[in-house]
Amino acid sequence: MNALLEIRNLKVTFPTARGPVDVVKGLSLTLGRERLGIVGESGSGKSMTGRSILRLIRSPGQVTADEMTFNGTDLLSLSEKQMRSIRGARISMVMQDPKFSLNPVMTIGDQIAEALLTHQKLGRSDIRSRTLAMLEAVRINDPERVLGLYPHEVSGGMGQRVMIAMMLIPEPDLLIADEPTSALDVSVQAQVLEIIDDLVKRKGMGLILISHDLDLVSAYCDRILVMRSGEVVEECDAGELKNAKHPYTRGLLASIPRLDESRDELPVLERTGAST
Amino acid sequence: MNALAIDNLDISYGDSKVTHGIGFEVAEGESFALVGESGSGKTTVLKAIAGMAKSWTGSISVFGEQRTHGIDRAFAKQCQMVFQDPYGSLHPRKTVDATLSEPLTIHGIGNSGERVDEVMQSVGLDRRFRFRFPHQLSGGQRQRVAIARALILKPRMLLLDEPTSALDVSVQAEILNLLKRLRREQGLTYLMVTHNLPVVSFLCDRLAVMRHGRVVEVASVDQLKRGALVDTYSRELTRFSASHPKT
Repeated sequence: MNALLEIRNLKVTFPTARGPVDVVKGLSLTLGRERLGIVGESGSGKSMTGRSILRLIRSPGQVTADEMTFNGTDLLSLSEKQMRSIRGARISMVMQDPKFSLNPVMTIGDQIAEALLTHQKLGRSDIRSRTLAMLEAVRINDPERVLGLYPHEVSGGMGQRVMIAMMLIPEPDLLIADEPTSALDVSVQAQVLEIIDDLVKRKGMGLILISHDLDLVSAYCDRILVMRSGEVVEECDAGELKNAKHPYTRGLLASIPRLDESRDELPVLERTGAST
Repeated sequence: MNALAIDNLDISYGDSKVTHGIGFEVAEGESFALVGESGSGKTTVLKAIAGMAKSWTGSISVFGEQRTHGIDRAFAKQCQMVFQDPYGSLHPRKTVDATLSEPLTIHGIGNSGERVDEVMQSVGLDRRFRFRFPHQLSGGQRQRVAIARALILKPRMLLLDEPTSALDVSVQAEILNLLKRLRREQGLTYLMVTHNLPVVSFLCDRLAVMRHGRVVEVASVDQLKRGALVDTYSRELTRFSASHPKT
């Protein structure tokens, strides 16, 4: 299989008063047109990994890698301008909270159209019909009405579906979803993930799903990377997560309460000095 | 005696009514959960009990005393609240010591040095954290401080508003264990708001499911574990929490 994304020895470093700190320490991954999950707790470097693929880490943060190629293009050597033609069009990213990621003073229709117009020249009626079709694809029932609404007039779940519509309308090859549902209610979560899953499969895209929720990632991905303090501690097939070997992964799995909980006390992970 | 009895409670924000005829009772020493989606009014009920949502009709009684609409010092001594986000609920420029001593000063209780020491020990915070600021603590440690602040007045009931939803799963496990131990040791009554049913299953005895400002079902945790909730909406919630549909 031809790799969509190839990363070797990725490092993200931030300077601190006590010297530089590596928040991602030499991560390597190869991604085809498949669904990859990255799980880990806060501070594990999972979001930084997602952001560095799009070169969204601002100074003073520094990204280095031996290799970071997307479809044969070396992402690290591109100019800022060339990078802009990749962001959105080829690789796009769904953020955590629609409340903060949508522009509050632009209608939803205009925002989705903007995502399209940035990368293509299209007539007004084309834009409208594609925007409507996209809103329908993310299962918004009356797209005509939603087009004219502002972000504060829609619910969290609908806001997140609008985000997804915006990210998918330029038909990227790779979608990075960073905690796409952690701001949503459980019942809406499933719906949003189903939509992402369906679109990713139908268009044959690659997906990187970043989350702290092990169950969720194992349900919607083919392969899983478990990260801890900037390093990948375990890599396995999603179906094999229950048989994870690394003590950290096992500890994480055990510390989640179950619906039919009968344990009197939950097992707690041994802490390393830095992560407490 | 019931620790808490709520009857026919209607709470409004301005002109819009948020809850409609809420009623349930919590026995002393019991751990009771309010579950539902965002917007169902569960947090609003806690706020009305705590005196933070003042425009309500109906009746709230706490340990047999009718609750007034405002802030009430005698009530505060019986019942304290722990908030969702420990990053937002601690004053950023007060040390742990100052945060924990403040309730004692307000209530004119002396001997604060020893009480702070004692409460920090009971929530598992090392002494060396006493003069630190919130930004020098991790999320789990901050939530321990917030719990300690609620406990320092030796209340009989805690109102818990999503106490672990802002925390990582491994830290969540620590805080849940802590809450369970404290309840056992101090005979506390809990009223907890959450949308996480497995957490209810771990920590609570009974639950009320809320939707659109109404209680649709009150059930025991046993029923929840067996998947024997009756209301269609509660069953739907359980189904979503049991596992992601594909697993």
